[in-house]
This record gives sequence, C-alpha cells and structure tokens, in this order.
Amino acid sequence: MAVKKNREVIMHERDIEKTSQLQIVKTVFGTFFRYLFLLIVAFVVLFPFYWMIISSLKSLPEYKLNVPTFWPQEVMWGNYAEAFTAANLGTLFKNTIIVGVVSTILSLVITILTAFVFARLEFKGKNILFAGLLATMMIPGELFTITNYEVVTRFGWMNTYTVLIVPFLVSVFYVYLLRQNFMQIPNELYLAAKVDGTSDLKYLWKVMIPLALPTIISITILKMMGAWNSYMWPRLVANDEAHRLITNGLRNAFTAASGETNFPVQMAAVALVSIPLFLVFIFFRKYIMKGVSRSGIKG
Amino acid sequence: MVDSKHKWKAWLYLSPALVLLAIFTIYPIINTIRLAFLEDYNMMAAINGKVFEFGFKNFEKVVAYRGFTTCLKNTVLLCVLTVPISTILALLIAVALNSIGPLRRFLQTIYFLPYVTNSIAIGMVFAAMFNVVGNISAEPPLIVTAGIINNFLGLFGVEPINWINVGSPYWANMTVMVVYIVWNALPFKILILLGGLQSVNKQYYDAAKVDGTSRARVLRKITIPLLSPMIAYVVITGFIGGFKEYSSIVGVFGEGMGPGDNLALNTMVGYIYQSLEGQHQGRASAAALILFAIILAVTLINLQVSKKRVHY
Repeated sequence: MAVKKNREVIMHERDIEKTSQLQIVKTVFGTFFRYLFLLIVAFVVLFPFYWMIISSLKSLPEYKLNVPTFWPQEVMWGNYAEAFTAANLGTLFKNTIIVGVVSTILSLVITILTAFVFARLEFKGKNILFAGLLATMMIPGELFTITNYEVVTRFGWMNTYTVLIVPFLVSVFYVYLLRQNFMQIPNELYLAAKVDGTSDLKYLWKVMIPLALPTIISITILKMMGAWNSYMWPRLVANDEAHRLITNGLRNAFTAASGETNFPVQMAAVALVSIPLFLVFIFFRKYIMKGVSRSGIKG
Repeated sequence: MVDSKHKWKAWLYLSPALVLLAIFTIYPIINTIRLAFLEDYNMMAAINGKVFEFGFKNFEKVVAYRGFTTCLKNTVLLCVLTVPISTILALLIAVALNSIGPLRRFLQTIYFLPYVTNSIAIGMVFAAMFNVVGNISAEPPLIVTAGIINNFLGLFGVEPINWINVGSPYWANMTVMVVYIVWNALPFKILILLGGLQSVNKQYYDAAKVDGTSRARVLRKITIPLLSPMIAYVVITGFIGGFKEYSSIVGVFGEGMGPGDNLALNTMVGYIYQSLEGQHQGRASAAALILFAIILAVTLINLQVSKKRVHY
C-alpha cells in the first residue's frame, strides 16, 4: 500500500514537472513572438525616417538606380546646402521662429492669467463663463477660419506677422489644462499669502507658476510645435515671400518648380524641417508625452 | 470692499483672453452660421457693400455639387478604414509592450516618434517611397526606379504598382493614404492605451493566472473591458480627427488632392478651404456646418454605443 501511494505521488509530481516545462516553453515562445512583433512594428515606424535620411544623402543618379542602395555610395552633404537655398529655408526658419516665439510668449502670459482667475478668484457667473468657453472646443476649427479670414482682411492684416500670431493666441484647452493644475495647489497657501499682504500677481509668480512649471513647459513645447507644423491658416493669410512659414514653404518649393524633381534635395529639405522636431522631442520627451496624453490634439 | 476690488481685478486679468476669444472664436461661430444662410455670399463683394439675401441656396449648391459627394465619400472611407485598423493595432502593440521587461521604454519612445513630425514633410517622404520614377502609365511602362515599396513587394513577385503617379487607380491612392494615416495615428493611441493598461489593477491578472485562463481569454474578458474607457476615447478622437483629414493628403499628393491634381482624394475640409479661397464663403460656411453636424452626430453615436459597452 505504502509503495503504491508513493508511486502515485511521484507520478503526480512528474505531471506537475511536465506541465511546468510546457509552461516554460510556452512562455519562452510567447516572449519571443512578442518581441518579434514589437521589433517589426519598430522597423515599420522607423523606416520612413531612415529612408528620408539616406535618400537625402544620395546623388540623383544613385537615387534613380533600378536596384535601390541602402547606404549612399557617396555621401552628398551638398544636398543639404542645395536644399537650404532651393527652398529658401533661411527666411522660412526665421519667420517660423519669430512667429513661434512671440506667439508662445504672449499666449503663455494670457493663458496663465486666465487660468489663475478661473482657478482662484471668485466672481459671479464664473462657472457659466468657463463652461461656455469649454463648449467652444467641440467646434471644428474650419468654422472659425472662414470668418476669421474675412475679419483679418477687414483689419488689413493680410501678409503680416500679426495675422499669424494674434488670432490663435488663446487656446481654451491650454487654459483648461493649466487651471486644473492650479486647482491642485492648496487654497490655504493663497489665503496665507493674502494675510501676509502678498499681491495676487506676486503670489502667482512666486508660488503658482513654479508649482505648475511642468504643465507650463508642456504647453510651451506643444505651442511651438504647433507653429512649426501649422499649414492652412498661414497659407491662407500670409503666403507672400516675406512672411511664409516653414511647412508651406516646404510644400510650395517642390510643387511649384517645373521640370524634374531632384528627390535627394527634396528629402534633404524635409529632413531639415524634421530634425528640429526630433531634437525637441529628445530633450523634452517627458513633457511632450505628458501633455499629449492629456490633450489628444496635435500641436 | 475687498471683494469688489477683487471682482474688478478678475475681469482685468481675464480681459485679454476675453477680447481675443470674442473676436476670433465667439463672433466667428455666430457669423459663420449667418454666412451659411446668405445666398452666394462672397467676402470681397460684401466688403464692397453688397447685400445678400437670406436662404438655403448655399446648402443646396454644396449638396448638388458633384465633387462634394467625392469629398464626403473619401472622408467617410478614410475614417472607417483608419480608425479600426489603427485602434486594433495600437491595442495589440500596447498589450505586447506592457507585458515585456527589457527594451520597453526604448520601444515606447520609438513608437512615439511619428507624433512629433510635420504631416506635410513626412507625407512627402511617403510619396517618395511609393513614387515611381519614369512613366508607369505609358505602354509599355517606362520604369526608371520603381520606388522602395514596389521593390519590396517585388521580392514576393508582385509587379510594380502605380501607387500615386498620374493615372494611378483609386484603391492604390487610398491604400497609400490609409498606410500613412495609420502610421501617423498610432503614437497617440499607443500612449493612451498603454497609460490605461498600466493603471489596471494587477489582481485581476493574478486571479486569471491562478485559474489558468488562456491569454486570448484574458485579453477578451479582462484587458479590453477594463480598458474600454480609453478605447472609447481613442475611437472618438480618431473619428473627430478622421473627419478633418486634409494635410496628410496634401503632404502626399499636394494641393491637387490626387494623382495629377485631379482632386480624386479631396476631403470635406479640402472642399471648405477650396470654396473659401475661391471666394465662395457662403458655400464654405454651409459645408463647415454640415461637417460640424456630421462630427457631432458621429460623436453622439459613439458615446451612445460606448455607454452600453464601456465598463467604468
């Protein structure tokens, strides 16, 4: 009896061993396929960037080879210089930076003041006003653009920096984002500051802005990226040589030109427009991803 | 006394925002609705003092215009194709990413890269990848270089396809756009879904492990229900973005919105801008209102569906 029981126990243990071995094999395979899948996705995600860079460094004859090369035979840095002049990138960069920096600074000042009022100060109708502003976020931007196009024409703002900066200075969404952040700062701090006779603006500057800095940085980066990537509004209202912005200039430079497209030079221009964005991303990854995960909007 | 001083200050701090919003946000909403009902409204004529009659002609013209049907069809088709594909792919990627240890942060960063791009610029890169240098629609086709995508497909014995050049078929154009838009839409969806996965309580998975539940079942019965609020969110924002599709098409095809500038891939937003620039502001307004109505309806339907399906 004792022997038989012992055998049963041993059999059972073997079973367990078998299943756990099977389990290990399953896990190893599962992990392998998961990594395989993820690496294929990473390859697909990265490929366009890779293709952009290597194409931008090829000579035109090499680009047109029947069998493509995956590394330039001769690295043509000259394509970048040619792209810079061909697409007039100097002026485009300058315009975009002016518009980006000025609109970001002004927009930050306004957003911070507005968010502060909605987070801290009390007045009649505050909540209704705030809800009304939030409601405008549902409306597609094209609806505003149609009338704004007429308004800025009547103002005589066509083809100026003003028209690129002023109309979209206030983003209700950024106000909302910052207000939420301000609300998390305990009210006691504000009341204590009031007792000490600290003015509102000083309190805002000394306490609230430092505490909400991550959100403010997120807003700054997203706003700058927005200026860099904006296409339609600048095209409508400021498409002259002197005020054209980067995205527009890029698209125009290679569609207006007649004759054969010099693809490597085109790719070099595209790379020049994309690289600043990557640099910003590398340095501010955390802020960008945080801002985006709460917004769901591009730029 | 203190309080009234306070109120005065609140309005002072608010004034820059309120003035700008009044001019560039509130007034445009009202005015664009008004313009939609002013027959054949034309901005230049209006500035010169012309008065327009009230009526529904703009809407009739928009709907009757043959190109508008194309725009509507393209927009809806792009939404219906790209939103499910990108959502399912993003879900699979997020689940896989959440279950691995090493390389996770690195891969997560890579997957986010398409987000920080200029949609016009990268559209031009996609165009270059699908572009055939030569004249593929000639008889016989003259192909100098078939483009990297055709080269890749050639490995499997596929003949070069005319994806985006003059004379290319509609399905090929659409395929290119779907690939590009999905590629571009993945980062945001992965970010949101992964964030959701990381906040899921581990106890559910431990319980499933004890019960020996299969992976597929865990995904269907635990992960997706717990993630449903985030899935609903990316689907809704995906549809809203999809109905406003425009600049990605400009990136690949240029302002002509199709191979050989034939407007074959024109969208609702494209139509609005073309009417606006063509000094048909009345028609543009009517089209913008139609677009708004569609987005509102689709969002409400989405919310209604998710109310039944989403487990909070």
